[in-house]
Amino acid sequence: MEAIPISWFLVLSAFMFAMGVTGVVIRRNPIVIFMCIELMLNAANLAFLAFARQQAQLGAQVAGQVYTILVMAVAAAEVAIGLGIIVAIYRLRDTINVDEMNLLKF
Amino acid sequence: MFGQILFGIMALVIVVTSIWVVAVRNPVRSALNLVANFFALAVLYLLLYAQFVAAVQVIVYAGAIMVLFLFTIMLLNLGAPAELAERFEWKRPITWGLALLFVIVLAGGVFARLGEAQPVPDNIGTVQMVGKYLFTDWVYPFELTSVLLLIAIVGAIVMAKRRL
Repeated sequence: MEAIPISWFLVLSAFMFAMGVTGVVIRRNPIVIFMCIELMLNAANLAFLAFARQQAQLGAQVAGQVYTILVMAVAAAEVAIGLGIIVAIYRLRDTINVDEMNLLKF
Repeated sequence: MFGQILFGIMALVIVVTSIWVVAVRNPVRSALNLVANFFALAVLYLLLYAQFVAAVQVIVYAGAIMVLFLFTIMLLNLGAPAELAERFEWKRPITWGLALLFVIVLAGGVFARLGEAQPVPDNIGTVQMVGKYLFTDWVYPFELTSVLLLIAIVGAIVMAKRRL
C-alpha cells in the first residue's frame, strides 16, 4: 500500500479537536460535553499515531502506539468518574444543566 | 490509490459525524454519531499500521465507553429534556467561526512543513511489537495506568454509594 501523507491525518486531527472544543464551549448538556472531550482525546490519538508513522527508529514508532493505549486508559477512567459525577449531581439537584452548576463561581 | 480513496471516505465520515456530535440536539443521536466516528477512526488507524490500537479502539471506545454513555443517558432519562433546550446565543456562531479559523491556521502550518510519509515496516502495530515495548521500555507508565484505573474505580464507588 502506498503511503498517505502524514499532513492529511494531522489536518483531520485538527478538525476533530476543533469540533471538540466547539462542543465543550457551546453545549449545555454535560453528557454531550463529555462526548466532545472524547472527540478531543481521539484527535490527540490520531496525531500520536500519525507522528509515530513519521519516525525513523522502531522504538519511536512503537512509542506512539503505546502512548495511544495510555491515553485510552486515561479516557476510560475519566468517563467512569465523570459519568459518576453527573449521576450524583442529578440525584442531588434533579437537573444536569451546566448553566445552573455555578456554586464554585462565587 | 486504494488507501487514499479509503482515507477520503473515512475522513468524510469523520468530518460529518464530528459536526453532528456537536450540532445535534438529542444526546442519543450525538452518542450514535460518536460511535460511527470511532469506527471510521479505527479504519484510519489500520491505514497507519496500528492494528492493535484499531482493535482496542473498537472494543474499548465503541464498545465499552459509548455503552457507558448510552447507559447514563437512558438511566437519567435524558432523551430530549426541555430544560436542556439550547437557546440562541451569540457565542455559538462566534465559536464555530473560531473553530474554523483554528483548523485553517493549523492546516496551513502542517501543509507548509511536512512532506511525504516515511516507509515503515508493517509490523510496528502488531500485538507482539506493542506488547514487547509496553512491558519493557514503558513498563512504569503501564503500571501507573493500573493505579489510575484503581483510583477511578474507588472514586466511582465513593460517589455512587450514599453511605459507605
